[in-house]
Amino acid sequence: MKIILEKRIEHSRVMALLSPLLAIAITVVIGGIIFASLGLDPAEALYVYFVEPVTTLWSIEELIVKAAPLVLIGAGLAICYSANVWNIGAEGQLTIGALFGSAIPVYFTTWQSPLTLVVMLVLGGFGGALFAAIPAALKNRFGANEILTSLMLVYVAQLLLDWLVRGPWRDPQGYNFPQSVPFEGWQQLPLLGEGRVHIGAIFAVMAVIVLAIMMGRSLRGFEIRVVGNSPRAGAFAGFHQKRVVWFTFMLSGALAGLAGICEVAGPSGELQPSISPGYGFTAIIVAFLGRLNPIGVLFAGFLLAISYLGGEAAQVELGISDKTAQVFQGMLLFFILACDTMILYRIKIASGRSASAKA
Amino acid sequence: MKKLLGLTAVALAMVLVTGVPHAAEKMKVGFIYVGPIGDHGWSYQHDQGRLAIEKELGDQVETVFVEKVSEGPDAERVIERLARQGAGLIFTTSFGFMNPTLKVAKRFPKVKFEHATGFKRAPNVATYNARFYEGRYIIGQAAAKISKSGVAGYIASFPIPEVVMGINAFILGAQTVNPGFKLKVIWVNSWFDPGKEADAAKVLIGQGVDVITQHTDSTAPLQIASEKGVHAFGQATDMIKFAPKAQVTSIVNNWAPYYVARTKAVLDGIWKSEDTWGGLSAGTVQMAPYTNVAADIAKAAKETEAKIRSGALHPFTGPLQKQDGTEFLAAGKVIDDGTLAGMNFYVKGVDGKLPQ
Repeated sequence: MKIILEKRIEHSRVMALLSPLLAIAITVVIGGIIFASLGLDPAEALYVYFVEPVTTLWSIEELIVKAAPLVLIGAGLAICYSANVWNIGAEGQLTIGALFGSAIPVYFTTWQSPLTLVVMLVLGGFGGALFAAIPAALKNRFGANEILTSLMLVYVAQLLLDWLVRGPWRDPQGYNFPQSVPFEGWQQLPLLGEGRVHIGAIFAVMAVIVLAIMMGRSLRGFEIRVVGNSPRAGAFAGFHQKRVVWFTFMLSGALAGLAGICEVAGPSGELQPSISPGYGFTAIIVAFLGRLNPIGVLFAGFLLAISYLGGEAAQVELGISDKTAQVFQGMLLFFILACDTMILYRIKIASGRSASAKA
Repeated sequence: MKKLLGLTAVALAMVLVTGVPHAAEKMKVGFIYVGPIGDHGWSYQHDQGRLAIEKELGDQVETVFVEKVSEGPDAERVIERLARQGAGLIFTTSFGFMNPTLKVAKRFPKVKFEHATGFKRAPNVATYNARFYEGRYIIGQAAAKISKSGVAGYIASFPIPEVVMGINAFILGAQTVNPGFKLKVIWVNSWFDPGKEADAAKVLIGQGVDVITQHTDSTAPLQIASEKGVHAFGQATDMIKFAPKAQVTSIVNNWAPYYVARTKAVLDGIWKSEDTWGGLSAGTVQMAPYTNVAADIAKAAKETEAKIRSGALHPFTGPLQKQDGTEFLAAGKVIDDGTLAGMNFYVKGVDGKLPQ
């Protein structure tokens, strides 16, 4: 007997829907086996990991806080990748966005107006877009590989942040410790409810809706998909690949920058040497997990957030290492990609006799 | 039968009212670490303190920890999770956890918090740190005796008061042996970066330094020192197994006595918010065994250690001058903790400019 993969003539629509669910199911089963081999009750461990984070109001709020930046960035990246444009540097655009927005609390400490926060948010988005324009320009002008340039610029952004909070932007009252002045109340995002959920969560949902409509119903969305699938066909239709590169890079950069300023003006309330636990990179996983579809990104962002919170809960309640959380994320992504094979291929089982007869 | 049912119902009701009966309700003690517990440095030593609590008070408390918590919004969630899960006492063991700790403490006034190395307190938030500078004075003295070139190398992390006072204590110790002793400082801008630390060690040794010390957490500088055949000092833990031929001693962070005492205080209901700064005398700072040096150097180091422990000697005793020669401590005076905690200048004898 032999198992062979046979290419499908058309994409399987059923498998496109089933594949993420199948991947989650396999992850849960393998995860259960891992927990059992660690000497834990698999049912309890899986409950702590996947269910507990959605059982109390507090943990749901925290889930939203964690998912908001992932969704905001992931939605932008999904558009970018649909156009076959590879922005890997969202983490850097997030950092620059946070820096642009924070210039207001740092330099205009006493400017108190309803506009303060609006200006900070606009600057955040602008900073992210501007920083994303660099790899776009390099690609369009010189044909430089945007994967490399956008990734390298992440380190530039992070070192710039590091230098600012240890040098010129350091809080004079902070005993030389690397942090900016704490943001005042009017420089912080309004909260929704009792917990830490801030209006960044609304931006994330709005971004998802707007981008879903754009991709589904507008000429711009059509242009992005055509150029992404076949630049030659796009050229015949009068679409410019360069314009698409500019647009998708700056769009995803602006959303990453907005996520950055929302993090520092939201839960952080100040600039620190590290302002993001790698949201810009995790959002790449989110974009793919969401099948490069803005609505899918919304669900994927929550799934990833659950895996983080579940990992912490597992450490506290089950006493297992944080590596387990990372193993889970890795498994999930691996199985998603593996199951995606089923969209393009079908498994065929050839009987042993015919296989050996051929041989 | 009816009676039995009735009894069962009563028993059930009691369980529901009083909760599931425990032999004795154990208090939860929570810890959050910035690094992995396997870092063989800062977080590892805090975890040793947690294990000491388990060992001494295991019948009254249980401990939980979360490792590799990034400093920022994530920390607040993790601390709140520990508080929500019924922790009575929570240790937050890195400077960057300061504001998240205070925010959560405000929402959980009954839970006690202990924040390491911070300077902000609240009625239910205490702070603690260790007088590592006492150890640095001892190794400064030893370094001056070991060095033939009269120049030591210092691999420093960030120009915060904690690190600056360590550099000053080191040179003050060295000057008691050799008043013209020189010190070269390299800032690597990281607490833990084996690559950068190793490069810094190579550069220093290349510049003629024959003894190096570090205020960073990796074992890389010691390993380079071993390779190049110079002496070095460990940091945070006893790093002797990484450099059996090069380590002279190591300044060991021993949080166990403090952690056990504070947990007991909460159990006995006498916990208070305060700032604790324990040194050699409290056992928070310990010196690893003196090795790889002549017997007289080890003997002198032990004597200095005993003098600091008994209080007969304070590393920062006047007259002391800043780098530019202006006096900041009059003859016979001992520095106050406030000046130490905010120290942002070099003392006389340190080369180079302090990054501001």
